Amino acid sequence: MKNFVINPVLNKEFKLRFRSYKSFLGLLFYLLALAILIVGFVFIESLTSSQGFFKPEQSRMMFMMLSVLQLILILFITPGLTAGVISSERERQTLNIMLTTAQSSASIILSKLISSISFLMLLIIASLPLYSFVFLYGGISPQQVLTTVVYYSFTILGFGSLGVLFSTLIRKTIVSMVTTYAVTLFLVGGTAFLTLILLQFGQGYYNTSTASTPPTVPYAYFTAMLNPVIVLAGSFEPGIHDEIYRITGIKTPLWVSYTLSYTVIFIGAILFSIKKLRPNMKKGK
Amino acid sequence: MIETIELTKRYGKFTALDSLSLKIEKGTVFGFVGQNGAGKSTTFSILATLLAPTSGTAFVNGYNVQNEAKMVRRQIGYMPDFFGVYDQLKASEYLHFYGASYGIPLTEREKLIPQLLDLVNLTHKRDAYVDLLSRGMKQRLCLARSLIHDPEVLILDEPASGLDPRARIEMREILKELKEMGKTILISSHILPELAEMCDRIGIIDQGKLVAEGGVAEIQAQLKGEKVITVILTGRAENAIAFFEDDPLVARLQYLPEQHAIEFTFKGTEQEQVELLRSAINYGLAIRSFAEAQVDLEDIFMEITKGVELS
Repeated sequence: MKNFVINPVLNKEFKLRFRSYKSFLGLLFYLLALAILIVGFVFIESLTSSQGFFKPEQSRMMFMMLSVLQLILILFITPGLTAGVISSERERQTLNIMLTTAQSSASIILSKLISSISFLMLLIIASLPLYSFVFLYGGISPQQVLTTVVYYSFTILGFGSLGVLFSTLIRKTIVSMVTTYAVTLFLVGGTAFLTLILLQFGQGYYNTSTASTPPTVPYAYFTAMLNPVIVLAGSFEPGIHDEIYRITGIKTPLWVSYTLSYTVIFIGAILFSIKKLRPNMKKGK
Repeated sequence: MIETIELTKRYGKFTALDSLSLKIEKGTVFGFVGQNGAGKSTTFSILATLLAPTSGTAFVNGYNVQNEAKMVRRQIGYMPDFFGVYDQLKASEYLHFYGASYGIPLTEREKLIPQLLDLVNLTHKRDAYVDLLSRGMKQRLCLARSLIHDPEVLILDEPASGLDPRARIEMREILKELKEMGKTILISSHILPELAEMCDRIGIIDQGKLVAEGGVAEIQAQLKGEKVITVILTGRAENAIAFFEDDPLVARLQYLPEQHAIEFTFKGTEQEQVELLRSAINYGLAIRSFAEAQVDLEDIFMEITKGVELS
């Protein structure tokens, strides 16, 4: 444990990241964007409201919107931060030297992942005071905010591990980035699109079926369980998940399947990255 | 200390390393000479556990590079031919990072790093950002980095490449110091005369094959089986030319009028060489100097690699 906490790669990465002003500028712009959104939302809602004040229902709406928006931002930033962690060392010609040290491949991969996602975690934690705006107007419990933060952290780990995997497997950072973004796009946009199509398909059957028990479309569940936005939105609006359960005929909560799927993805991606970081000396291929 | 047995590396149909067998004893400074693409870096990468051989194997300090890669990494200090640095790290932080990577405790590193910086003459650059150092300084810092865990074996791939003459001399002096410390050093370079000066033994590699191995003189004898002797005269040249031409072991004799000397190749042993000189003096030739010509390592290298290409 002590070795992990004072891991040299982690230590070096933190030093490199926070010595540069770019990280602080990034943090500033991220918080500014969020603040503008919150203030803008409150302002527009107050203007359009006939009573001229902001209601708890609107506050809840704002929280949902912010949470989904922040999730999309996270999904957009995670590949950028993780898809170059190993390939950039390779391009900078520092990887070979690192690989000849006594550090284990597991230590290098995990430290790289943690250091890259820690910046995202910082963004999320720094945005929490802005989130607390919603408490001023009600409609949201602290537990919901906490659950959302835990959900973000888990999602970052899952998608971050994919970035690290591609960064390990692909030599060039740019190709690794494109691949990671493409996979992320599929897991967010692609699965959402497929879920909608499949649900429509099932809905059509449901409406036209004359049988006493309508046919189910289980595939829609499998695409939905991989989609972080659907899972998060469903936690705010349980009706979304209920509709999926009804049409697909699968009652297992989506968040459980999501957690299991991304745990498998995370473990698989990390183990494969560890295996592929150094050459297999026993097999000269 | 270092042993390779039939070490081979193929990339598809291309053979980068062809059955390389080599043995380097502890404390030896071994120079690896070869043209670009000859297989030097491939050999070094395999020894540094960065590349798996297609067949054959290698041992470093008794540890097999394939089965005991972790242990091999602890034995070696590796300096690649091309390497990068981290932009935002200072020289001392750079060494701290690698020291920590070998599990060296902070208190020990704090004692060790000033010593290493002193060894490579970079004490004054301790707090300078690594990317702002000159190429020569970066090379020296990288050398200090490769020494941080006090390895028994140093694998230095072209440590003097791209350096100006002054930086090369500094690097050479550091390597001499390391040799005195008893390190086993495997070094490759294109600066062949420098290798001759520094190395105990030299291996010449061409198209993935080790074509010659030994001391400079040994290699010369091994490959040419003859030496060039220059005799500077004070008396008449005609008598000397007639005398040496009569010897069956002498060939390709030529007179060098500017130096008033004759030069010829001699195929005999060291004892026969002594006898030749003795009989020349007894014959009454006035000889001011009788010496084996210093054959440049580059000449040997060109000769050998030319031979390989022709065959």
